[in-house]
Amino acid sequence: MTAEPVLQVRNLGVNFSTSQGEVAAVSGVSFEVHAGECLAVVGESGSGKTQVLMACLGLLASNGMASGSALFTGQELIGADERALNRVRGTGIGLLSQDPLSSLTPHLRIETLLTEGLVDRGLATRVKARERALQALADVDIPEPEARLRQYPHELSGGMRQRVALAAALMCAPALLFADEPTTALDVSVQARVLELLAGVRDRGVGVLIITHDLGVVAGLADRVAVMYAGRIVETATTDELFAAPEHPYTAALLAAVPRLHGGAQARLVGIPGDPPQPSARPPGCAFAPRCERAVDACSESRPELTQRAGRSQVSAVPGDSSASIAARGAPITSVACHRPLHAPAAVA
Amino acid sequence: MVEAVFAEARRQSLWGDAWQRLQRSRAAIVAASLLLLVCALALVGPWLSAYTVEQVDWSQATLATPPSLSNGHWFGTDANGRDLFVRVWIGTRMSLLVAVLATIVSVVIGVAWGAAAGYLGGRVDGWMMRFVDVLYALPYMFFVIILTVVFGRSLVLIFLAIGAVGWLTMARIVRGQALALRQREFVEAAIALGLSPATIIARHIVPNLLGTVIVYATLTVPQVILFESFLSFLGLGVQEPLTSLGRLVAEGALEMESSPWLLLVPSAVLAIVLLCLNFLGDGLRDALDPRQRR
Repeated sequence: MTAEPVLQVRNLGVNFSTSQGEVAAVSGVSFEVHAGECLAVVGESGSGKTQVLMACLGLLASNGMASGSALFTGQELIGADERALNRVRGTGIGLLSQDPLSSLTPHLRIETLLTEGLVDRGLATRVKARERALQALADVDIPEPEARLRQYPHELSGGMRQRVALAAALMCAPALLFADEPTTALDVSVQARVLELLAGVRDRGVGVLIITHDLGVVAGLADRVAVMYAGRIVETATTDELFAAPEHPYTAALLAAVPRLHGGAQARLVGIPGDPPQPSARPPGCAFAPRCERAVDACSESRPELTQRAGRSQVSAVPGDSSASIAARGAPITSVACHRPLHAPAAVA
Repeated sequence: MVEAVFAEARRQSLWGDAWQRLQRSRAAIVAASLLLLVCALALVGPWLSAYTVEQVDWSQATLATPPSLSNGHWFGTDANGRDLFVRVWIGTRMSLLVAVLATIVSVVIGVAWGAAAGYLGGRVDGWMMRFVDVLYALPYMFFVIILTVVFGRSLVLIFLAIGAVGWLTMARIVRGQALALRQREFVEAAIALGLSPATIIARHIVPNLLGTVIVYATLTVPQVILFESFLSFLGLGVQEPLTSLGRLVAEGALEMESSPWLLLVPSAVLAIVLLCLNFLGDGLRDALDPRQRR
C-alpha cells in the first residue's frame, strides 16, 4: 500500500494567452492520487478544476500552456509529445466526461465505441474486443449487453449512456480514471447508480479523480477532497474531516450553502455573497478575501500558502479508519491556505 | 435463416444501415429506379436502334425528320440526318461517365484534404488551405488546356481535369465542417481514448460530414455535366462523332424553332437525371443519419 501514487501533480499551472494578455487559470496546484483511492476536486465553475484534468491529458485548448509537473506512474505528462501521451490516454488514464450524449460519437454503434481503443492499438482482435465489451457492459450493470452493442448512443437513456461511457473509459483497463462532473447531466435517481459504479471501480484498485461541484457526490464517494478556488487549491482534507470541521472559510461557506432537507420551510438558502474574481483580475492577496467574512487586512495583502496542519484524524484515529490508512501512506492529511483558518491555529510546519 | 444471417451481417456497417433506411424513403427509391433505367438505356439503348451514332439516313425526305415510330427514328434525326435516339443515349453515357468519375475524384480528394486540414488545424491547416487558394487563383481553363497539351487529349484526362478543379470547393466546405466538429466533445473523448489522428478523422469526423458532402456532390454533378459541354465546345472535350448531353442540348438550341425535338429530348433526359440525383442525394443524406426516424 505504500507504493508511489498513480498520479502525482506538483505545482501545476495552466495559462491561457488571450487578447487581454496571459491569464492564469490554474496555478500552483499539487495533489496526488493513489491506486484504489478516490480524490474529489471541488470548486465553483471557472475555478480551473477541468483545466487540471485537461492539462494532464494534453487536451488544453490551443492557446493554453501547462507548466509544472504531472507524473503518471513516474512518467511526465506535462510537455510530453503526442505519441507519448497517446500511450497513456485510454490505456493509462480513462476519461469520463460530463455529458454522455455529446461525448459518444452519434453515428457509431456502442460496439465500435467500446472496442475501437483496443482494436486500434492492436491490443485485441475484433472478436476478443467484442467479448471484452460484453463483459464491460455487464460490469456496469447494463441489461442485454448483446442487444446494446448494436444500438446507437441516442437510443439509450441518459443513465445508460453514462454507464456505457464509463464502460468505454475502462475498456483498456486504465490505472486511473478521470471523471469530469460525471453526474451533473443526470437526474438524481440515476446519479446514485453511477456513483455506486464509480465506487466499485475504485474498490477494484483504480485511482479515481472526480471533479464536481456537488458536495453530495463528494460525501458519498471520495476518500479525500481538494477544494479549489480561483485556480488554486485552498484546502485538502479527508472527506470526513472536511465535512466535520472545514478549516478554510470558503470550504465552510460551501458547506453552509448546501440546502438542508430538515431545515424547515422557513430556512433560508445561504449563498456566498459576491462573485469569484475574473482570472485576469485576481486580487494580490487571498483570492477569497473580498467575499470572506473573516478577512483582515493581511488577507488582501499577502497570499497565504498551503500549509500542512495537524490532522484531527491523527488524534482521533480509530483502527481501520480510512483516513488512518491514508495517513500511513504519508500523504498530507489536512492542508489549508488561509491566514485565519477556522479552527485552532496549530500549524505543523 | 440464411436471410436472417445476411441481414445481421448487413447491419454491421454504416452503409448497411443507411441502405435499410434508404429503402423506406419512397422518393429516393423512385429516383434510384429511374436513374437505373436511364443508365440501362445509356448502356444498351444504342443497340436497340437500327442506326449507328454516325450514320446519316439519306432515305428520309429531309435531314431533320421529326420523331416517328414508323421510320425507326423514335426521337427523330438531327440536322445532319443522324438518329437522335442513338445519339441521346450515347450522350447520356458520356455525360454520366464524366459526372460520376469527376465527382468521385473531387469527393475523394476534397474530403481527405479538407478533413485533414480542418482536424489538424494550426499551421498545417494554414499551408494546406493556402495551397487550395493558389489552385483557385489559377484560371482553370488554362489549367485544363495545359493538361491536354502535355498529356494529349484523352477522355480520362478530361475526367481527371474536371475533378481536379472540383475538389477545391469540396475541400473548403469539408474543412469548415471539420473545424467545427473538432470542438465537439466526442472528438475530445476520442483523443482522450488515445486514438490516432487518422482514425479520428476517418471514423469520428468524416462520417459526420457525409450529409454535407452528398448534398454538395449532387450539386456538383450538373455543374460537371455543363462544364464538360463547355470544354467540348472549345474542342477540348468529347469529340464528334461521340457526343454528350451538354453538346446535344447546345446543338438543339440552335435549331429550336425549326426542329424543337432536338432540344426537348436531350433536355428532358438531362432534367430527369439531375432531378433523380437530387432526390437520391436527399434520401441518402437522411439515410446516413442514424438519428433520423421514420
